[in-house]
Amino acid sequence: MNFEIILFYIFAAITLFAALRVITARNPMHAVLFLVVAFISSAGIWLLLEAEFLAITLVLVYVGAVMVLFLFVVMMLDINLVQLRKDFWRWLPFGAVLAGLMAFEMIWVLGAQETSIGKTAIRHAADYSNTKELGRLIYTEYVYPFEIAAVLLLVAMIAAIALTLRRRKDAKSQVVTEQIAAKKADRLRIVKMPSESKGTGE
Amino acid sequence: MMELLQILQQTGQDLLGPAWLPVWTIVKILVIVLPIMGTVAYLTLAERKILGWMQVRPGPNRVGYWGLLQPLADGIKLLMKEVIIPTKSNKFLFLAAPVLALAPALAAWAVIPFDDGMALANVNAGLLYILAMTSLGVYGIIIAGWASNSKYAFLGALRSSAQIVSYELAMGFALVCVLLAAQSMNMGDIVRGQQSEYGLFGWYFIPLFPMFVVYFLAGVAETNRAPFDLAEDESAIVAGFHTEYSGMGFALFFLAEYANMILIAALTAVMFLGGWLNPFHGWPLLGGLTDAIPGLFWMLGKMSAFLFLFLWFRATFPRYRYDQLMRLGWKVFIPLTLVWVVVVAAWMQTPLWVW
Repeated sequence: MNFEIILFYIFAAITLFAALRVITARNPMHAVLFLVVAFISSAGIWLLLEAEFLAITLVLVYVGAVMVLFLFVVMMLDINLVQLRKDFWRWLPFGAVLAGLMAFEMIWVLGAQETSIGKTAIRHAADYSNTKELGRLIYTEYVYPFEIAAVLLLVAMIAAIALTLRRRKDAKSQVVTEQIAAKKADRLRIVKMPSESKGTGE
Repeated sequence: MMELLQILQQTGQDLLGPAWLPVWTIVKILVIVLPIMGTVAYLTLAERKILGWMQVRPGPNRVGYWGLLQPLADGIKLLMKEVIIPTKSNKFLFLAAPVLALAPALAAWAVIPFDDGMALANVNAGLLYILAMTSLGVYGIIIAGWASNSKYAFLGALRSSAQIVSYELAMGFALVCVLLAAQSMNMGDIVRGQQSEYGLFGWYFIPLFPMFVVYFLAGVAETNRAPFDLAEDESAIVAGFHTEYSGMGFALFFLAEYANMILIAALTAVMFLGGWLNPFHGWPLLGGLTDAIPGLFWMLGKMSAFLFLFLWFRATFPRYRYDQLMRLGWKVFIPLTLVWVVVVAAWMQTPLWVW
């Protein structure tokens, strides 16, 4: 039992606990924050496997950007917990079957291979760069799948924007170039006035 | 100096055995964090003094000579104040938020090289680590805004999260250009890549000039500093996300903001202005005269210059309106950085790339 294995069990325990709390927390805000914790501790597990690129990217992309937007949306929603929990028991058998099926599939896929459970991860030399290796694989051997995935994401992004974009006719907006191009003479008129003589009103 | 360190290492190793590594690491962390805290304290004084001089008034000048003890007085005052927890707020998150704001700001310092080999951790994916850490800072602000149970704090948190997510993209692309040029994500290697016989002409701010500007401005926006301080827009939403904070909670947010400022200054110096390198290296006469100056001095000098820019911006520019802020981020910075990534990638394939 060396230090690394102790770390692994700590991270694994935190991940499991946080993941459990994601689905059991009453407050959706807490659920999102527990999901953040789950992400960070799984990044820790990846770091133990010397996959520093994936670990940091997980924190950067999911924790740094995706979950911030999640929080953003959850904070603004007015969530009625009673409404949400109304049909819990009715849908429980269906959900349980679905979850069981997914767990079975994962065990099937992972169990069929020679898994490394009980073995330690492959060690690399100190100058091994996870990032470089990953980049080399993605841009040589897997370049077509990678590009197809990228194009798919782009299409999804454009579709999402196209579906939600609607221009209101009465919306007011500024034309910044026009504002910058405006000269003093366009806006300001200086009126010369003769100075008035001293009144007697004082 | 080096020998002294080696002797220290050796005796520590003999004395403590396996426990020496954590002890030594903690010592190194303290050697970085304590000066940062000191700098934060005196940066607040510098800010008030410089703002004062720019507005033709003396600034704080009552506590100690030239107001030099002002940060201490401020600190004591904030420490002694009562920590007020708003009713119906989420107590745990309310108290955790300032810590969550400060922790990433300090954690990111682990990979900053102050001189050749003078970094806490020599991480290969240093640049990614920095990006990840700076993106975590927003949680402190969002959680503070939500847990306060206050409309103003909530609005501040929403503004801040939208702002930081938008500007982080531009920042990330600017850093992609740097890592293209340096062909490494290791902070030390990025600085070493800028070393040449032409002094400051070898630094990346010349081929990547638009990225240099975008990175620093996005950094100003990320730290919620004027003119991008919409998250604490006092004329519209009281004090934004820290409206409900008093005493030490408030002080921690300030520490985080200033630590982030110093961090952005250090990062800009490392990535675009050659970190610890001598700007006159290799120049006739001047190069020979200045090469003896230690690298730490140059690094700190460059950082100070950027910190001065932060304060100068604050004294000069009026605050952006929210839609202008979003326009600048999405419609100006991001397209510019995207184009420049392609330009740099193509440029590097030609013999014209001399960096």
